[in-house]
Amino acid sequence: MSVIEAGQPAPEFSLARADGAPFTRADLEGRRTLLVFYPFAFSSVCTNQLSIYNELLADFAEHDLTLYGVSCDAVASQQAFKDQLGIEIEQLSDFEPKGATCRAFGVLHPGGFPQRALVLIGPEGVVEWSHEAASPGDLPGANLIFDALHAHTV
Amino acid sequence: MVYADFECPFCAALEVRLREQPLRVVFRHFPVRSSHPRAWPAARAAEAAGLQGRFWEMHDSLFGDQGRLEDPHLWERAERLGLDVARFDADRRSEAIEARIAADFRAGVRAGVATTPTLFGGGERHQGRIERAVLAQLANSR
Repeated sequence: MSVIEAGQPAPEFSLARADGAPFTRADLEGRRTLLVFYPFAFSSVCTNQLSIYNELLADFAEHDLTLYGVSCDAVASQQAFKDQLGIEIEQLSDFEPKGATCRAFGVLHPGGFPQRALVLIGPEGVVEWSHEAASPGDLPGANLIFDALHAHTV
Repeated sequence: MVYADFECPFCAALEVRLREQPLRVVFRHFPVRSSHPRAWPAARAAEAAGLQGRFWEMHDSLFGDQGRLEDPHLWERAERLGLDVARFDADRRSEAIEARIAADFRAGVRAGVATTPTLFGGGERHQGRIERAVLAQLANSR
C-alpha cells in the first residue's frame, strides 16, 4: 500500500470532527485542503510537526489552504493532544471504523495506524500532491508543503 | 548549525553535549510558540543581550534554567551579565529583533526543520535526541 498519488480523485471517506459530526469528501469541494496523517497522538518528540505547521497557519491561509490533522485516535484523545500542543489545527478522527479512511488514502501502516503522510487536495476534490515519510520517525518539513503549493497555485 | 527553541528540553540536552565537543556552533532561533509560550521572549532576550556583546552568555544562562523564563528572570539575567537593563528591555521588544528571529525561523522551515533541535553538520541533518556518538563523529571528521 502506498499513498494516493497526484492526479487521483480523493476517495469517498468519513472522518469524525471534534463534535462528532462527519467530515467527508463533500467537505473538500471548493477549497484547498491538506490532510496531515500522523501515527499517534502524544508521540515522543519534543516539538511536533503539527506545532510547526501551526506557526505557519497565516502563511498557509494566504494560499487559501486549510490543514487538518488525521489519526486513528479517538476524538477525545485527539482533543487532549490538540490542547496539550496548544495548536489551532482541527483534528479529524479515523477511529470508527478504524483506519478506513487511512486505507482509502493508501496510508494505513500494517500496525493499524497512519503512516506519516501529507495529502494536498484541490478544490475539485483531486489530489494535487502527496508525500509519505520514509518512516514514522521521519518528520516532513513545512517546506515540502510550500513547494507543493507553489507548484499548484501559480 | 543548530536550530533551537530556548524552552525545549531536548535543545537544552543538546547544548550540554555540544559543549563537550570541539565544534564551532552556529545558532539559529526556532521558537515554537504553541508548545513553548516563553520561547519567543527568551529568543528576544538572547538577541538583545547580543546587542551588548553577551549573546552566548545569555544563551547558556537561558538553557541552564528553562523553568525560569518570565520577565523578572530575564531582567535578573541581564543584570547579572552586567548589561544596561533598560536598553536590554527596549531592544528585546524591538521590531528589528523580531524580524531577525522570524528570519531564522523561516530559514529553518525552508531547510526542512521539522522538530527541535535540528542540527546540520557534516552534510547531514540530525534532530531530536542527538547522541554523543553522533556529535563526537562530527567533531572528529573535520
